[in-house]
Amino acid sequence: MADIDAIQVQDLNHFFGAGDARKQAIFDINLTIERGGLTILMGPSGSGKTTLLTLIGALRDVQFGNIRVLGRELNGADQSALVQLRRRLGFIFQAHNLHESLTATQNVMMGLQVHGPGNAAKQRAAVHHILDLLGLSDRWDYLPGNLSGGQKQRVAVARALVSNPEIILADEPTAALDKASSQTVVELLKALGQRRGATTVMVTHDPRILELADRIITLEDGRIVSDQRNN
Amino acid sequence: MSKLLSLLFGRLPIGWLQLSHSKGRLIAAVSGVAFANLLVFMQLGIMGALNNSTIAPYALLDTDIIVSSQAGNTLTDSDNIAQVWMFQALGVPGVSAAMPIYIGNLPITLDDGTSVTLLVFGVDATKPAFVSRAIAQLLGQLTIENTALIDKGTRGIPPDVIADIIAGNAFSFEANGRTISAIATMDVGGGFLADGMIVTSDQSFFRLFAARSSAASNHILLQVDEGVSHDAVATRLRAILPAHSVKVQTVQEAAGADLAFMSTQRPTGIIFGFGVFMGILVGLVIVYQVLSTDVADHLGEYATFKAMGYGSSFFLGIVFEEAIVLAVFGFIPGLIVSMGLYAGLVSVTGLPVEMDVGRAVLVFLGTLTACTISGAIATRRLARADPADLF
Ligand SMILES: Nc1ncnc2c1ncn2[C@@H]1O[C@H](COP(=O)(O)OP(=O)(O)OP(=O)(O)O)[C@@H](O)[C@H]1O
Ligand SMILES: [Mg+2]
Repeated sequence: MADIDAIQVQDLNHFFGAGDARKQAIFDINLTIERGGLTILMGPSGSGKTTLLTLIGALRDVQFGNIRVLGRELNGADQSALVQLRRRLGFIFQAHNLHESLTATQNVMMGLQVHGPGNAAKQRAAVHHILDLLGLSDRWDYLPGNLSGGQKQRVAVARALVSNPEIILADEPTAALDKASSQTVVELLKALGQRRGATTVMVTHDPRILELADRIITLEDGRIVSDQRNN
Repeated sequence: MSKLLSLLFGRLPIGWLQLSHSKGRLIAAVSGVAFANLLVFMQLGIMGALNNSTIAPYALLDTDIIVSSQAGNTLTDSDNIAQVWMFQALGVPGVSAAMPIYIGNLPITLDDGTSVTLLVFGVDATKPAFVSRAIAQLLGQLTIENTALIDKGTRGIPPDVIADIIAGNAFSFEANGRTISAIATMDVGGGFLADGMIVTSDQSFFRLFAARSSAASNHILLQVDEGVSHDAVATRLRAILPAHSVKVQTVQEAAGADLAFMSTQRPTGIIFGFGVFMGILVGLVIVYQVLSTDVADHLGEYATFKAMGYGSSFFLGIVFEEAIVLAVFGFIPGLIVSMGLYAGLVSVTGLPVEMDVGRAVLVFLGTLTACTISGAIATRRLARADPADLF
């Protein structure tokens, strides 16, 4: 397992719209991301970062080219295979997307229960453990409405990480946060990712986060224009 | 509640949590379902009372086959039938005995000035075999002219008067220029048919209704020999009696036909049927509205769950969970309020409106079905939850 690359992208092209409105967003992307580490996707607005991330995350159908995620080909895969694959990934969105009717614990629990019912007491323990790691030990039973922006985003991180995903995909997870909270969230994300051996791919504009990256890929107009590794 | 549902589903009860989080929506939906239940229960209650009253007079009789005029509609809404057919019928193998029964509507004015209409059954006081056991015991007393048995539920007759009759003091009233003495009581409960009922001998009947004669009764009641099939005898009777003017029905067929007539041919039956339909429609629309708004409001969360790897059955589960919660929580107050209103109706109108377990179960299952159908329609909106829109 470990010898398969986390993500392999070959000759990827992607179009939006149809007819005259048809517009290409991704041009001939080839990319391999090995297991582990924090890879950052950069680039100006409209350069295709989100499009690439949603394609890798099996949230959008592949049109041209191939994407293999954890060894699974996405092009032409059926819906249930995609659903299965998504369970091995962790998503962190720009907006926290927490369910407002569920407490912090219950929201994170959703990240576990996607794998089946299981032992409720053990699940609660795992959820509380990760909430504690993210500094939310006194917020277990709070509804999102009663949490600050940074706390909500940390709950979202906990939800993405609780089931030990093999790949974490994050799109500007700190965009809605102040500087201090952003730093905390990304540091926690990196630390947890490292400890659990996850591969993290994150879109960000935040220059202070770049120092934390193992690899920085820059997109422009749907093409990769630079690919550097920090050692 | 949440814990219980968690155990039940083996997952967090998202539907319940979602509904209980938006209290306003939950209250609106539950009141909607309760109101729909109330509508349906009231209609069914009154329809049930109508049905009960329609067939209540059959409890007075003990007969196997009823021969009537084709021109009549029901037992108490009938045309005259010539006595000659009774003698024909008695000649048919399997028929053991026959009795004509006379039925008429008798308007009377009570001492306090109220006018009520009594349904009068005139029977042969020497043939106890044709009336129910309770009445058969009293039948001998009716051989005295102008005496009657009166239904305890007769409107306008106060309970203490009824108690008085039971105690042995006859109650007299004027009717068609004669004085009738109610010498004993019976339990029928006519409700919709008339304000009350009395049973008299045929002789007293002819005195009350001077225009009626023994040559034409309302029905001819027949009894069949022990062990002989009623249907077979009815078939034989139909073969010899003229089908265009005479109708032969077993007592079960007659009661069934009366129910069918009252619920489909009479405006009241049709109105109540329409009321039930409206109640169901109101419930369906309210639940659909609430569930589909709820789905629309949570498309973002659902898209997130889709991205996390939840499949479509999970989302259907949430919507159906909500539908079931609404059905159960709406049904309980609906049932309680309906029972209260039934009690009110009984005390105000004296109609035999009662809640029976069968009806409650039926309405509950109907509520579940209606809520599930609404939920199923509401799930069409789920398709719009697209995880690709989340980033
Ligand atoms: N759903 C869509 N329909 C049509 N065009 C789209 C859609 N999503 C993205 N695009 C177009 O594709 C291109 C790439 O968009 P994308 O969202 O991937 O850029 P991005 O790098 O994430 O930008 P940002 O930094 O602003 O988030 C843009 O030109 C955008 O207008
Ligand atoms: Mg973007």
